Amino acid sequence: MLGYVVRRLLLAIFVLWGVATVVFIIVRMVPADPALLIAGQTATPEQVASLRQQMGLDRPLTAQYVQYLGQAVTGDFGNSYTHNVPAVYLIGQVLPNTALLAVLACTLAIVVSIPLGVLAALQVNRIGDRLVTTVSLIIQALPGFWIGVVMLLVFSRSLKWLPSAGLVGAQSLILPTIVLALPFIAILTRLTRSGLIEVNGEGYINTARAKGLGELTVVFPHAIRNALIPIVTVIGLQFGTLLGGAVVTETVFSFPGIGKLLVSSIQLRDYNVLQASVLVIAATFVIVNLLVDLLYAYIDPRVRLSK
Amino acid sequence: MSADQAVITIAPSHARRLRATVSARILVPLVVIGILGIGAIVVPVLYNYDPLHADLLVRLKPPGTAMPDGSIAIFGTDKVGSDLFAEMMAGTRVSLIVGASTLLIAGIVGGILGLLAGYFGGWLDTALMRIADIQLAFPSILLAILLVSVLGQGILNVIIVLSISNWVIFARVIRSQVLGLKSLEYVEAARTLGASHFHIIFRTLLPGCIAPMLVIASVEFGYVVLAEAALSFLGVGAPFGTPSLGSTISTGTQYLASAWWISTIPGLLLLVLVLATGVLGDALRDRFDPRLRSA
Amino acid sequence: MAEMRIGSDAVTRSAAASLLSVRDLQVEFTTAAGVARALDGVSFDVSPGETLAILGESGSGKSVTGQAVMALLPKPAGSIVGGSIVYDGLDLTARPVKDVRKLCATEIAMVFQDPLSSLNPVFQVGYQVAEPFRRRLGMGKREAWGKALELLKRVGIPDAETRIGDYPHQFSGGQRQRIMIAMAIALEPRLLIADEPTTALDVTVQKQIIALLADLQAETGMAMILISHDLGVVAQVAERAAIMYAGRIVETGPIREVYDRPAHPYTRGLLDSIPSAAEIGGRLTPIVGSPPNLLALPSGCSFNPRCPFATDRCRTKVPALRQPASRGSDHAAGCHYSEEVLADA
Repeated sequence: MLGYVVRRLLLAIFVLWGVATVVFIIVRMVPADPALLIAGQTATPEQVASLRQQMGLDRPLTAQYVQYLGQAVTGDFGNSYTHNVPAVYLIGQVLPNTALLAVLACTLAIVVSIPLGVLAALQVNRIGDRLVTTVSLIIQALPGFWIGVVMLLVFSRSLKWLPSAGLVGAQSLILPTIVLALPFIAILTRLTRSGLIEVNGEGYINTARAKGLGELTVVFPHAIRNALIPIVTVIGLQFGTLLGGAVVTETVFSFPGIGKLLVSSIQLRDYNVLQASVLVIAATFVIVNLLVDLLYAYIDPRVRLSK
Repeated sequence: MSADQAVITIAPSHARRLRATVSARILVPLVVIGILGIGAIVVPVLYNYDPLHADLLVRLKPPGTAMPDGSIAIFGTDKVGSDLFAEMMAGTRVSLIVGASTLLIAGIVGGILGLLAGYFGGWLDTALMRIADIQLAFPSILLAILLVSVLGQGILNVIIVLSISNWVIFARVIRSQVLGLKSLEYVEAARTLGASHFHIIFRTLLPGCIAPMLVIASVEFGYVVLAEAALSFLGVGAPFGTPSLGSTISTGTQYLASAWWISTIPGLLLLVLVLATGVLGDALRDRFDPRLRSA
Repeated sequence: MAEMRIGSDAVTRSAAASLLSVRDLQVEFTTAAGVARALDGVSFDVSPGETLAILGESGSGKSVTGQAVMALLPKPAGSIVGGSIVYDGLDLTARPVKDVRKLCATEIAMVFQDPLSSLNPVFQVGYQVAEPFRRRLGMGKREAWGKALELLKRVGIPDAETRIGDYPHQFSGGQRQRIMIAMAIALEPRLLIADEPTTALDVTVQKQIIALLADLQAETGMAMILISHDLGVVAQVAERAAIMYAGRIVETGPIREVYDRPAHPYTRGLLDSIPSAAEIGGRLTPIVGSPPNLLALPSGCSFNPRCPFATDRCRTKVPALRQPASRGSDHAAGCHYSEEVLADA
């Protein structure tokens, strides 16, 4: 188990370094001169040059890279060009909102999809199963931004039940949470179903039945625990899609989260904020996957007890 | 199950019926995609659709309105008075072009890299898989946004960006397929007969990779189309003047109160397109490779 | 709570009355290809404390028999279409699956072929052995755990106190089968069905497991059905044998008689294909051909295409199970030419 944890940890650090490097390369590819952007159209060439020097842009790329890595480790991503406050400060303001949204969506997805998947698996190829499978196929094909718009149209424009934009109290969370959770629900439901069907053929399920356990006891805890092991990994991987989805969802609902910050930083060409938010999102994803890998090891004794 | 189960062989009649349902699941989506494809080519021409043309007299007309030129705008008009149906079909054209080109590029690049990594192993394999690890740590839409923000808007850039975020899936699946095939006897046989690496890779291994490639391509098609629409919706995809379902939906959000159809109807079309490819992908997967379930 | 009976209690009941009485059992599997009759008119009895060996090749229906009794036929493909399974005066075929499983939980237990896949990999063995006590007897966690420990000791798991918290993958194959047996005998069943309990094990371990089953039987007085394809393994412990072929019992009788004087050509073929120490260097005589496809059984006696004695009569008329001339009343074979088979020996 210790070896496993160490391996995972090293891999996570390696991936984080890789992500930081990729972001560095991509941002340096930007055709526009950041110094020019900050100084503005009216600045004299001298002003731009001194700004370049001040920002370290005149130094060799390798030096910039080393400096950048050092800054990334300490969480110093420089100031926002447009707001003139540290990029981390801006992120710190919106990150909790996105985190709340992501956790809510994740919870909603798990709470809805696992029972649905169990239901479908318990009556394979019968009406309930067909219904669940078809609906999840449709949900998976739904464009997230579009369903968000439709929900806005129905629930806030027409019915006036819910607020349309921003974050004004708990009600503002309802629609974004649902929209963010939808694709997740579809995937998890299908996986729970197929996982349980697969496990159903295993010998220990027959053993459980031979012990006289009812079908529901056979599912909880015998089958589900085994079926959950692969599902947990997928939850981790899908968390990335969820974070990506947050970018779109937050834009649709004008929700003050890191996704919206990211999109507006692209529009404003605020590269420090862009770089910082991409890194923060990627780091979150890597850390969540690390946690999921550890959870995976915890649920599966075959991994936990190996050397 | 125990070894003591009844010996059962599938009678031809049932096998045929089974194949028939699978065929329907392949055929119907193909027909839907075909109709959309033909519509995407023909309709904008028939309607003389010009994305830059504005006719403000007939803007924001609801579905079914008779137009001055005698035609009927079955899905209404948009904010500059363009026929929404024609605009949607033009947008579908962009979706299909982006989807097909992306999968072609990502499939070829990812497929070749996966073949090489799986066949040669060693440092190439390690390097490739580490790159894949790093890339998978990026939510793919995020990578696309980041790259597009650097490259600038444009259909070609969208294709490049989506190819970059999709090659990994092809590379991974083909690699594992090759790892499985490599140890099979007919590949061993080719090797002992003194076949060159080139021959083994492209003549013996590649044919075994075609089915999984097709399956992934059809499963990924929907995601690519959705990603293009999402990028355009966010304003970093199709540039102004290039109709895209995503940007049409995006402009429609400003008119939700007065013209609901601009956002909703193109979304339904997008849903149909993505659903068709999704069903097709599932059916192909069941047909060719049940092991590839839920990659 | 289902009423509990103690195994030894059963022995004191009239020994003549059978504990399990299967009559003319018919099981069908509905498959994509058609309907396969997995069991066709299977009848046998098991008396309290007795051991019956059900023997046959793969596909002969021996495991299906066990599954049918335990209501474990794979749903919805397999179903009982005729006959009866009377356990202790109760016809199990007439009861809903739920009731049968409930009854089986305390009265009839099963040990499966592959102990690794039959144990749930993600639960401690203690939890799995304790489960019958907790679910069926409503025992508390601690008490059930104590019971589980007792059982593990009884089936000979060394160092049971520390190993009780381990997971199945940490045990050897033989130990896993011991754990399966511990789980099966937890509630002191009156009948134990062991479905190929030694097939997945090494030869030396096979003997230990069979010996363990025999010991436990002597201790508790439970009846046993040993399902196996290996005629040697069961020879020491079983009193009676039933040989199955293509869903039918083709020969039944006291195991020594069946082994020494087989009255069905199939039984003889099976015995001839066992290598024995006495005939090292001698030739084995395999049975020609392969087991029939249940969807397309040959007409008449199912064994006729592989049978050296087959005549036209065998190709048209299904032989009934009957007592061959000169044999004891408890020996029966389903062959038109049993006498010839016996004389040919």
